[in-house]
Amino acid sequence: MTDPISKEQSEYLNQIQRKKYWIRVAQVLLLLLLLFAWETAVSKNILNGFIFSSPSRIIRCFYGMVIDHSIFLHIGVTLAETLVSFALITLFSVLIATILWWFPTAARIIDPYLVVLNSLPKSALAPILIVWLGNNMKTIIITAISIAVFGSILNLYSGFLHVDKERLTLIRTLGGTKKDCLTMAVIPSCIPLLLSIMNVNIGLSLVGVIIGEFLAARSGLGYLIIYGSQVFKMDWVLMSIVILCIIAMLLYALTGFIKKMYQRKI
Amino acid sequence: MTTALSLEQVSYSYHTLKQETTALSSVTFDVLSGEFVAVVGPSGCGKSTMLHLIAKLLPLSGGTIKINGTPIEESTDHIGYMLQKDQLLPWRTIYENVTLGLKIQNIKDPEAFDKVDRLLELYGLKDFKNSYPSQLSGGMRQRAALIRTLALSPDILLLDEPFSALDYQTRLQVSDDIGTIIKEKKKTALLVTHDLSEAISMADRVIVLSKRPGTVKTIVPIHLTCGKKTPQAARNAVEFKDYFNQLWREIND
Repeated sequence: MTDPISKEQSEYLNQIQRKKYWIRVAQVLLLLLLLFAWETAVSKNILNGFIFSSPSRIIRCFYGMVIDHSIFLHIGVTLAETLVSFALITLFSVLIATILWWFPTAARIIDPYLVVLNSLPKSALAPILIVWLGNNMKTIIITAISIAVFGSILNLYSGFLHVDKERLTLIRTLGGTKKDCLTMAVIPSCIPLLLSIMNVNIGLSLVGVIIGEFLAARSGLGYLIIYGSQVFKMDWVLMSIVILCIIAMLLYALTGFIKKMYQRKI
Repeated sequence: MTTALSLEQVSYSYHTLKQETTALSSVTFDVLSGEFVAVVGPSGCGKSTMLHLIAKLLPLSGGTIKINGTPIEESTDHIGYMLQKDQLLPWRTIYENVTLGLKIQNIKDPEAFDKVDRLLELYGLKDFKNSYPSQLSGGMRQRAALIRTLALSPDILLLDEPFSALDYQTRLQVSDDIGTIIKEKKKTALLVTHDLSEAISMADRVIVLSKRPGTVKTIVPIHLTCGKKTPQAARNAVEFKDYFNQLWREIND
């Protein structure tokens, strides 16, 4: 890259840079505008602050909960449940997809079951899980797992099946066994797919955890939302939703970052 | 010279729900040790199937294949196989790719690794040891694939249209490179190709297979008057055109 950049080229780059910048500014302005409109509407009594809360009430509420430390418990519980569910979903997906790849006949037998389980609205299972497992964290984590795991298995398994056949032939011509095909060709070929699946699953885990917390929890953001709405503490509800937005964004960015790091390596 | 590879009455059929298809029927020929033999034939005549049978990737339907006199079922000799595409694994460096066979077979012998280093140096890939395949040209990648095959010291090399995925210029250059390497090493090689020029310029003998079910139609020994028989020089030999026409007729009638 020793060539001097021509005037047209630098003009072009500037234009792209400027556009990127303006989009970012517009995004921030839109957020500020919405917050301002919300705040004003409540302070002018156009909206009822008791029901609609307001940005300043949310901040005050958050501050109060930071002072008495209770917010850390709720965020911590939700975050921990999400990460545990996410880890287990990833583990089960890889494990079960591998088993299905290894035993194609078993895969054919089990296929309709997976398809049905995948399309079933999993929140329908949550009440059963409460009865079976009790009103505790186990139920929440299993609810979260059930939401993402079936789709994730199906996706990954189909990725395993679409690995270039020649790549498997190569391993076999080098004297490799079925296990070598799996560990040296199939799984490594599917790492980019796995990372994409993980990127989606982190969001689904959070959804699952909140559903679980709605039904079976004594702490966590989902609990705060459901409890807050029952006792009309709308500040709690909206604050929890804002925090959830931030958590979702951060987790998505995290898995996205891992994906990007991997792609850069190759 | 001893016979390195012999096929006797080899046949193979594959089954689909609709029908049974005979891909090869009583194919018989020998390849002498150190000889370079090319197999040509119309597409779908079972050329690649034959290589798969020799490499034990498919079970024989009938006949016998012997390597150095031992039936392949009992033979422990290693057969090197070069595929159409280089199939270098994109997540492994060139060094990790060329030593893949050693890793799979759990070979820890330092001599084998020294050999890989020598080959990398010899074929101009030493400086790319730690590069990823995507950073290499098509020709370099195919050379890396050859080193991967040679690293296991195969007794016989099977080449399954190894140049067909390359563009024309690279193909000439790489077939020149690889042909020379194989001849210098006096490796026994069996090349499957649909490119007649490639077959004539590289091989000592050319086997013509018939349309499906494939069977040996004729075997043409190639004698070219050119100094050192490199594939490039061979293309300039006076007999080249005659062999080309002869093979062309054999395939097309």
